[in-house]
Amino acid sequence: MSVSVRKAGPVANSSNHVHLAVALDGAGWHPAAWREADARPAELFDAGYWADLVAEAERGLLDFVTIEDSLGLQSDDPFEPDDRTDRVRGRLDAVLIAARIAPHSRGIGFVPTATVTQTEPFHVSKSIATLDYVSTGRAGVRVQLSARHDVADHFGRRALPRLSAAAIDDPAAQQLVEEYFAEAADYVEVLRRLWDSWEDDAEIRDVATGRFIDRDKLHHIDFDGRWFSVKGPSITPRPPQGQPIVAALGHGGTSYQLIASSTDVGFVTPQDATQAADIAGEIGALQRAVGRSEDTVRLFGDVVVFLDDEPKTAQARRRRLDDLAGTEYHSDAEIFVGTPAGLADILQEWHAAGLSGFRLRPAALPHDLTQITEKLVPELRRRGLFRTAYESTTLRGVLGLPRPANRYATT
Amino acid sequence: MSKPVKQIHLAAHFPGVNNTTVWSDPAAGSHVEFSSFTQFAQTAERGKFDFLFLAEGLRLREQNGQIYDLDVVGRPDTFTVLAALAAVTERLGLTGTINSTFNEPYEVARQFASLDHLSGGRAAWNVVTSWDAFTGENFRRGGFLAEDQRYERAQTFLQTTQELFDSWRGDEIVADKDSGVFLSTPHAGTFAHKDAHFDIHGRFNVPRSPQGRPVIFQAGDSEQGRDFAARAADAIFSRHSTLDAGQAFYDDVKGRLARYGRRRDQLLILPAATFVIGDTDAEADEIAREVRLAQVSPQTAIKFLEQLWNRDLSDHDPDGPLPSADPVVGENTISRGRASVRMFRDSIAIANEWRAKAEAQNLTTRELIIEVLGRQSFVGSAQTIAATINDFVQADASDGFILVPHITPGGLDPFVDQVVPLLQERGVFRTDYTGTTLRDHLGLAPLPAPRRNANADDATGVAS
Repeated sequence: MSVSVRKAGPVANSSNHVHLAVALDGAGWHPAAWREADARPAELFDAGYWADLVAEAERGLLDFVTIEDSLGLQSDDPFEPDDRTDRVRGRLDAVLIAARIAPHSRGIGFVPTATVTQTEPFHVSKSIATLDYVSTGRAGVRVQLSARHDVADHFGRRALPRLSAAAIDDPAAQQLVEEYFAEAADYVEVLRRLWDSWEDDAEIRDVATGRFIDRDKLHHIDFDGRWFSVKGPSITPRPPQGQPIVAALGHGGTSYQLIASSTDVGFVTPQDATQAADIAGEIGALQRAVGRSEDTVRLFGDVVVFLDDEPKTAQARRRRLDDLAGTEYHSDAEIFVGTPAGLADILQEWHAAGLSGFRLRPAALPHDLTQITEKLVPELRRRGLFRTAYESTTLRGVLGLPRPANRYATT
Repeated sequence: MSKPVKQIHLAAHFPGVNNTTVWSDPAAGSHVEFSSFTQFAQTAERGKFDFLFLAEGLRLREQNGQIYDLDVVGRPDTFTVLAALAAVTERLGLTGTINSTFNEPYEVARQFASLDHLSGGRAAWNVVTSWDAFTGENFRRGGFLAEDQRYERAQTFLQTTQELFDSWRGDEIVADKDSGVFLSTPHAGTFAHKDAHFDIHGRFNVPRSPQGRPVIFQAGDSEQGRDFAARAADAIFSRHSTLDAGQAFYDDVKGRLARYGRRRDQLLILPAATFVIGDTDAEADEIAREVRLAQVSPQTAIKFLEQLWNRDLSDHDPDGPLPSADPVVGENTISRGRASVRMFRDSIAIANEWRAKAEAQNLTTRELIIEVLGRQSFVGSAQTIAATINDFVQADASDGFILVPHITPGGLDPFVDQVVPLLQERGVFRTDYTGTTLRDHLGLAPLPAPRRNANADDATGVAS
């Protein structure tokens, strides 16, 4: 696919455009999605499956795909493992899926999930920098906490207290969750410092003096925090975007603080336009409080989508999937069941309320993804709300974010 | 009965951050851009090589308290670049060096299992260990070990990942849409491991990969390292590229296999080797001399001198004789993050050897450094190199070589274009891939499915 600069035309100014991402997870977000006729559940662990999905998203000129991940098996219970055998279980490392697909893509961005509670920021920093190299500037990372005690037992380095839905609002549990978020903020700080630990022009190859690098342009980051300390510099030079995109999902409270202080993209879960405006206002205020301008963070509303040409077809599909799953599907995000045009109405409204874009979670793959690329995207274009070509070769560029200056550069 | 003719195994080492890599050559490209990796890997695959090899270092080297700036500095993340290379190659094996000290088994196992899935069975892991606090400063575990614990930890680390790989037998994914059965058992991935280093349990979340587990490489040369390899590795990345040393090492390590109930063909010995090809042997000699001068600049010669002398010698003349003062004995404080300096066990004795050699051959400091750093392994016309490599392998000095070109990314091309066809003509190297997995290329039998997980309670039909 060729990448061209969008010509000026009757379309609205690109700053009014809606940003669109799609969240890839297994066979789709509905637990029975893998049983659909067009699902490929036996291929979830093959590169070809993921390549086809990303190619479809790129045909729709979407901003980026996210890829879910976890350091334990999926579970219907957010706090405990389960032993179900009728759901998709097992997954590949999301960063490696992204790296495997990126070389054959040209415009779409990759934002795989990295679990921060158990992993080394030094490793994740260089893996995302490398994803930025292999995608020539289209990488990001969605940082995710893992408070599950069973996941901690996979590592054995720290025991995490058991949390439960019933007790999650207790002060002790809330304190714990706040600490996890504070640790995540430190983690992102280390990622960012390591990405900047090489100045862009550090490699000089000066034959006369025999020097490959100007070592004055490499920097120890000397991070010393409550949970870890990291010396630096990175072993990987500053990636093409300077700073790859950092994203996080938040449902309020401390998570908004993380989005406001540390990320470039925040995924949020309003139920209506009023909530969308409230969330945008709340996070904007938090950004100002930490000295960041509002234009530095792109807020994406998360929506689970069941899309068909007729509302009743979509409703019937959802019922059929719920019947197969044996339970009504619930989500932390708004669930939209209807037509692409109906979804476009809502996105337009929420966009006007202050969201930059949307991360759509297809209920079933590939059906709801192709509904997005073949139906929703043209509908948004008709309304002057979506691009007709990638306007930049980097993910930051597509999101309208500048390439940041290096915090360590003196010239 | 005459000895059967052995088939040669060839691999390509992406040029690394040692002085061997000549970055000053006009043909030298990026060591970080993915296009360099793509070109290098595709050349190796065009040559029907067994695999590509990546080294790793987790802290930039320092000397005299400053980041070392004379060699190539910087490289990408091993797992990520190998996964990306799986997209631009079809058969080439993908071997990554991953440290067992600064990682945890669950994470490494799922990254290698993922890489094996995403490459269709081409993943390999060169297991290395370290124990230095210097590198540990980049990690939250802070992790450094007593030197005598590093093989113990590496051994149990490898054993633990093996248990994770084997926690899925390979028949659990049913994915039957009609019946609604995705997994055949609720216990898929169940594991529990407890020893002095690791106390972990739960469920592994990557189903069994095409090869069952990555091919295992080992690179250490010590007594412990050789036993480690004989017990658990599929291949050794060795340093012994001369005929005599190679044969001695080969004989020693292959001789250890029986102790662990293994056959001699279950462990391949693949030394690293450098090469310079010319139209004639004489031309190759001349090019090789120039390459050595580029590899050891005057500045580099002084830095090498400092690594042995363990003191600042920045005022020393590289074109003059060796220093008259002796090395500083004791912990090497001058150079950090470099494995080679740890081999200078008796620096005074080595310095005296160097002085004797310099005096006998009338060498300047720089010339001496070039001599002791070693010449290229194979220098000559393509005919000479093909014959020499074949002789080495047939004489059991190795099972093949991991070739380390000195130019990125084009340095492998002359070997693939000129030497490989000659080896193919001799019938000692494949003319095309006959299998799809790295185990296939290496002549290693597919791994059997593991016995049903001991932690699962649904074991049926498996004798135990």
